[in-house]
Amino acid sequence: MIHRSVTTRLASGAIGLALACGAQAGEDAIELKDGPGREQVQRNCIACHSLDYIQMNSPFLDRKGWEASVGKMIKVMGARIDDADARVIVEYLAAHYGK
Amino acid sequence: MIHRRRLLLAAAGGAGLGLARLAAGAPNIGPAGLSAGALESAEWDTLPGKLPLIKRSWRPPNFETPTRFFNEPFTANDAFFVRYHLAGIPQVDAGTWRLRIGGDGVTKPFELSLAELQRDFEHVELAALCQCSGNRRGLSDPHVPGVQWGYGAMGNALWKGVRLKDVLARAGLAPDAVEIAFDGADTAPLDATPDFVKSLPAWKALDENTLIAWQMNGEALPHWNGFPVRLVVPGWTATYWMKHLVSIDVRRSALQGFWMNPAYRVPKGKFPIIERFVSQEVPASTPITEMVVNSLITNLRDQMMYKARSPLFVRGLAWDGGFGVNRVEVSTDGGREWRLAELGEDHGRFSWRQWTFAFTPDPGEHVVMAKASNRIGATQTFDLVFNPAGYHNNVVQRIRINCA
Repeated sequence: MIHRSVTTRLASGAIGLALACGAQAGEDAIELKDGPGREQVQRNCIACHSLDYIQMNSPFLDRKGWEASVGKMIKVMGARIDDADARVIVEYLAAHYGK
Repeated sequence: MIHRRRLLLAAAGGAGLGLARLAAGAPNIGPAGLSAGALESAEWDTLPGKLPLIKRSWRPPNFETPTRFFNEPFTANDAFFVRYHLAGIPQVDAGTWRLRIGGDGVTKPFELSLAELQRDFEHVELAALCQCSGNRRGLSDPHVPGVQWGYGAMGNALWKGVRLKDVLARAGLAPDAVEIAFDGADTAPLDATPDFVKSLPAWKALDENTLIAWQMNGEALPHWNGFPVRLVVPGWTATYWMKHLVSIDVRRSALQGFWMNPAYRVPKGKFPIIERFVSQEVPASTPITEMVVNSLITNLRDQMMYKARSPLFVRGLAWDGGFGVNRVEVSTDGGREWRLAELGEDHGRFSWRQWTFAFTPDPGEHVVMAKASNRIGATQTFDLVFNPAGYHNNVVQRIRINCA
């Protein structure tokens, strides 16, 4: 399901060229740690990147570090994450992928 | 659930390595020094047209070349590392591809097809190392966020194309052009994300070694390395080597935007950098420019056993930002005594250079280290020069081996 929604989003993007999504299959197997906030992470973050970015960048960021990362995604990268979700996402990342 | 892709990979002979990852408790790919999450999330995977490489992230794809491929002077196209910032990666059709040259710094903007690019300008082929700015970021202590690369976000290739300066000359360059900006066909999934656009100072763009290239090691560029055409900026880190190049803008002002500032910056004064990007400098930071002197031991593995009392060959690579490596020293006793390694064939000052060193180890533990220097006397550091993006990591390796 996650996979399909990403493909749809990409295919409806600005570029009319066929996309090479060869690497997408692998990300379906990613399983983030269970806990409150995982759903918000999955729903929001996959718009732009696979969730292995989170696993890879762990466990060395503290709460402030994850806050900065999520803040960068919203302010710089233009992710449309509402404030409530952003708070939950930071809590989840700090709890499960923080130092 | 066992993932099908991994099974395929193992079956395809991605070697025992793929199989090894299936076994519970199998050792991770490494290298030692990466964060636990980076070690656990890496796996062998195969992008279309590539050999099994070390997957750091799937989307956008970031895949690292395993060290064993670095025992060759040139890195095979299908083993060459892959690095993208944005996940919208088009399959570009070479027949309809056009390169647009324009901007407020030219008098005669124009467009080129691939056939015209190849027909109208003199061809040049040169060897150059393409190294991600963040190569070895994962080894930063403390760790810093970003793609957690080990040693393999780099590759050496023969690049064939035309000189950027010849193409720019046809457009009629304004005397006050300060930067040349480059855009590739890749895009972000969200419109609000800053497009990956990078500029070079005019002087570097006009350097005779800066190329618009369509060939790599005698073949068309692989899709994942910028097909049909990419920029080649010898000596400088790969952030400037724009893949799937579609437009060149000659500018009379500095390019603004996230990818120029704050991204790809180093603190001023921390590194022995010679080549400056003055129009982008701010009081605290400057864009990353040329690569620092560095080396890699390619054939010895940390904590492995080797034969004592018979010659042991240490092999490796050394490179810099284009001044030319002229010396590699090796220590086999943890840095007390250093001896000269023998340098391999010189493929030009932008290529890495192979080297070898032979010694006959006594039984016991040995700490092998290698240290390169270049023609302007710059060398590697023994302690990490910490910076928030994890760039320019040229810390001398310490490889601990046991001989018996």
